[in-house]
Amino acid sequence: MTQVLVVAEHGQGKLSQSTARAVSCALQLPDAAVSVAVFAAEGAAVAAQAARLTGVQRVVLVEDARHAHPLAALIAPQLAELAAGASHVLGQSSTFGRDLMPRVAALLDAPQLSDIAAVESAKRFRRPIYAGNAIVTVEVDAPQLVATVRVASFQPAAVGEGAAPIEAAKPLAVLPTHTRFVSLSTSQSDRPELQSAARVVSGGRAFASAENFQKLYKLADLLGAAVGASRAAVDAGFAPNELQLGQTGKIIAPELYMAFGISGAIQHLTGIKDARTIVAVNKDSEAPIFEVADIGLVGDVFAVLAELERLVGTPPG
Amino acid sequence: MKRILVGIKRVVDYNVRVRVKPDGSGVITEGVKLSINPFDEIAVEEALRQKEKGACDEVVVASIGPADCQTQLRTALAMGADRAILVETAAALPPLSVARVFLRLAEKETPLLVVLGKQAVDEDNSQTAQMLAALWARPQATFISKLEIGADLARVTREVDAGLEMLEVDLPAVISTDLRLNEPRYVKLPEIMKAKKKPLEVLPLDSLGIAGDLRVRAVNYAPPSQRPKGVRVADAAELVAALRSRGVL
Ligand SMILES: Cc1cc2nc3c(=O)[nH]c(=O)nc-3n(C[C@H](O)[C@H](O)[C@H](O)COP(=O)(O)OP(=O)(O)OC[C@H]3O[C@@H](n4cnc5c(N)ncnc54)[C@H](O)[C@@H]3O)c2cc1C
Ligand SMILES: Nc1ncnc2c1ncn2[C@@H]1O[C@H](COP(=O)(O)O)[C@@H](O)[C@H]1O
Repeated sequence: MTQVLVVAEHGQGKLSQSTARAVSCALQLPDAAVSVAVFAAEGAAVAAQAARLTGVQRVVLVEDARHAHPLAALIAPQLAELAAGASHVLGQSSTFGRDLMPRVAALLDAPQLSDIAAVESAKRFRRPIYAGNAIVTVEVDAPQLVATVRVASFQPAAVGEGAAPIEAAKPLAVLPTHTRFVSLSTSQSDRPELQSAARVVSGGRAFASAENFQKLYKLADLLGAAVGASRAAVDAGFAPNELQLGQTGKIIAPELYMAFGISGAIQHLTGIKDARTIVAVNKDSEAPIFEVADIGLVGDVFAVLAELERLVGTPPG
Repeated sequence: MKRILVGIKRVVDYNVRVRVKPDGSGVITEGVKLSINPFDEIAVEEALRQKEKGACDEVVVASIGPADCQTQLRTALAMGADRAILVETAAALPPLSVARVFLRLAEKETPLLVVLGKQAVDEDNSQTAQMLAALWARPQATFISKLEIGADLARVTREVDAGLEMLEVDLPAVISTDLRLNEPRYVKLPEIMKAKKKPLEVLPLDSLGIAGDLRVRAVNYAPPSQRPKGVRVADAAELVAALRSRGVL
């Protein structure tokens, strides 16, 4: 048996879809026995959701008021303790997982692989490097391995009928007080979540202002799509940072990705090139985004957006 | 002495389109432009701004790598850092070993803050700062876009998937920089001349008692898979038709 421990990511009492994707990566390890660890102030609901993921054999729930806002410095020593006996400890390549897992790896004195995109065996993995310009195959020779899973590369594990047992755990680690949560500011929206949305429309520097960038939201609403942005659009203040896609932003794999006025720098492409269908609208016919686009349209974003709204708003005749 | 220790890694310049060697043994780095990792330039800039504000007295930059990484250290000195340390090693080290080196340096230099980049854009690991914080048993504040240093604590804003998170951490602490923390200054020619006289200490890796770590081995490098060639459409109506025929609309 390969004992695999996956740490759950969650918010507002909901298990994140990235956890279901990390679980399906875990299940690709030969002969895997997969456990999920949930850290929360009140985690019963999240644990119950994790327990229903197909292939999960056990859920370990650590409840502590101090986990109301997850802090790597507090979770890491507890996760390291729970990881005793696990050969693989997996997190997600989200800001939560990327913050937490290296701290766990150092406590365990285990090597870490970031962003694993494919599992070849219990010891052999593939991951992108150089902003996705190369894919490296690595072999690990260590009793324990810590990894973050490139969630865009794995389908979420299905929700099944049965439920794995949930065990409460009280790790012994003394939690530090040197790191304190102050606040979280998030732009509330009832739009689909960017990382799990089936459709994403995205805008770049071409929009030239925050007001103009709002024009994307109309199309997004008509398509039931999430909104994304290039770094240039975020840097210029057209869109909040959590919309940034790319090497240093979010990595997504929607059914449909529509890039409006984005040039297609390699740092951007690495975040979107796993999309099933890529559409590019750009006035420059030489823009590199067209090299990866399935459907390219040379034109002005504002004119095309206005037309699309009219056409998509009208069902096919 | 209130000190900030900054890590700078030499990487293939982010503008270079990296290619895999035909035999799959690595990526082509011969004749390719090498630069300070962009996140580390931001780290140096931030340390300098903190010094200019009076939050620290000395900025020390450190790099771990082959002898010619001195070029990048000199660039950081020309930006305004006070002194530099090169921990010399011919072999590339994995993040956990790099973190061990920084732990040694932190013990020696007793900085109030160690500032590293959020990720090195060669291997895109994003591990070193968090590992150092764990080994040092100190707070970590990763992916930050704002930093305020107080008497014995720092307030930071982190760029997280949900938005912006504010944390308070006791000092000393480890932070990692995100792109929007600042815009690094340009180096002026007189500064480059002055930087030649600034102290640069070279420490062989084994003088720190740190050995290599061969537990992760790269066995093959391959180019990413290519997407099939797409089509061009003339207008929005054709675009909608193409999407409907692909079944995505
Ligand atoms: C270390 C590092 C990390 C990075 N990480 C990321 C990342 O995670 N994500 C990311 O996106 N970028 C990232 N970048 C930045 C990246 O290199 C590019 O600078 C950025 O993606 C450019 O954004 P853009 O395409 O919106 O802007 P531009 O490159 O300026 O492109 C704008 C495009 O809009 C077109 N256009 C202008 N007006 C119109 C119009 N009216 N109608 C139609 N088209 C129009 C232009 O032809 C042009 O192609 C990173 C850079 C570095 C150095
Ligand atoms: N060899 C190195 N020399 C100096 N700093 C390094 C080195 N490797 C990593 N770092 C620092 O750690 C950060 C994160 O690197 P990584 O964890 O490899 O993505 C970098 O941005 C640097 O600040």
